[in-house]
Amino acid sequence: MEKIIELINLKKSFGNHEVLRDINLCVAKGEVVSVIGSSGSGKSTMLRCINLLEEPTAGSILYQGENITLKGFDLNAYRAKVCMVFQQFNLFNNMTALENCIRPQTVVLRKSKEEAKAIALKNLEKVGMSAYINAKPAQLSGGQKQRVAIARALCMNPEVILFDEPTSALDPEMVGEVLEVMKALAKSGLTMIVVTHEMGFAQEVSSRVIFMDEGYIVEEGEPVEFFTNPKMPRTKEFLSRFLEK
Amino acid sequence: MHSFPILTNLLATASNELNFFEKVISIIKDYYNNILEGIANTLLIALIGTVVGLIIGVLTGFIRTIPTSKNKTVKTIQKIVNGVISVYVEIFRGTPMMVQAMVIFWGYAGLAGGSTLPVIPAGILIVSINTGAYMAEIVRGGIISIDKGQFEGAHSLGMNHTQTMFNVIIPQMFRNILPSVSNEFVINVKDTSVLNVIGVYELYKIGDIIIKGNFWMFETYLIICVIYFILTFTITRILRLIERKLAGSDNYVICGSQSDPKAEIKVRSNG
Repeated sequence: MEKIIELINLKKSFGNHEVLRDINLCVAKGEVVSVIGSSGSGKSTMLRCINLLEEPTAGSILYQGENITLKGFDLNAYRAKVCMVFQQFNLFNNMTALENCIRPQTVVLRKSKEEAKAIALKNLEKVGMSAYINAKPAQLSGGQKQRVAIARALCMNPEVILFDEPTSALDPEMVGEVLEVMKALAKSGLTMIVVTHEMGFAQEVSSRVIFMDEGYIVEEGEPVEFFTNPKMPRTKEFLSRFLEK
Repeated sequence: MHSFPILTNLLATASNELNFFEKVISIIKDYYNNILEGIANTLLIALIGTVVGLIIGVLTGFIRTIPTSKNKTVKTIQKIVNGVISVYVEIFRGTPMMVQAMVIFWGYAGLAGGSTLPVIPAGILIVSINTGAYMAEIVRGGIISIDKGQFEGAHSLGMNHTQTMFNVIIPQMFRNILPSVSNEFVINVKDTSVLNVIGVYELYKIGDIIIKGNFWMFETYLIICVIYFILTFTITRILRLIERKLAGSDNYVICGSQSDPKAEIKVRSNG
């Protein structure tokens, strides 16, 4: 298995508050890793560290064996390869859905307008947003915005997409449409790290589930094994609320 | 160039008493060209001053939002530059423009051994620097008001600071600050009047000169006052229109629907 992202002894504190205490994680190419855990357990911070939106306090992050926290590492080229999808979508409010997908390509990847547009249209179709390419973010529903955000990330032709609670700001109906898109992506072989509260998605789609608590990875495993037979008491306690049903 | 028909008017006042309307008409008739020159200078200085001030504001906003570097030397330079910007903003916001005009104009004359700056460029310079200090704060506010997610969205896709600012942040900021920029422009139209202290032939100075000829203080300054109001009122209306244009349409066309022009073409070409 080809390693694509590796976290080694990763630590992150905000002032005196230790959010990530000692994270070790290895993600292989093509894996779909779901990260679950209660709020404040450090899931989102870990994901933001991988994109370097947060600077780790200690430890290292390797991308294809290269340490991304070192000086002189081409951070922007890396970010174009490891894109992020946010809970709050973060679509560019001054652009239409189509421009949102075109501009990062022309600016960061230096693609021509025509080429970028073709790629953008293809990806917007993939997420079922072809009809809305001329709409501004303010004119779209949450689920539609998130699908455009996913298309925007896909346009960069990334190696990895990081999803930071992509469905947490959506109502139940919209959650479905976004998860459908993500399922299709998972099947296509894209490497994904998904911070989520959607246990159904984690169980059904991911190749591995990680449970975090108080800045540590407490337990990880194959989804079936993880959900039916959790080992650690904290995991059992957390999952009991979801699996009672 | 600046000829004022003083003599004729002096004779007129001496010979017969005119009523209010006759005086107003007489002023407009006699000083038509001078008043137009004053309007032109006032608008020119205010417009260029506001635009240059805005450019200064955007530049300072751009510099102030550059993320702090990890490199120690670069970090020190950043600190110094930010310090200089803060001092500039504080000084030029904290002193009257009239005094700034005198200090800059006569300061230059002192350094240049008595030769003074040409007054209109000097006026433009003073208004620009003064407006720049206000614009720096307006732009800072405009940038703060933009959701942090917009920066993160851009950074997460690999955009650097310049790309993020020019593609995502500044276009959104402009819409946010436009009302304040309009406000500055209107203030500048009025505040150019203080430039009479360095001898710029702006609207107020023209009035000042007219009364030296006719001694009709009330009528002359009333005319000047009305002209100022017409200028500012027109400008605010025009800027409001531009604001509305920039806000863009509330509607969009769903592709492939009947209202999509491209969809129609497709149907025709297939048929």
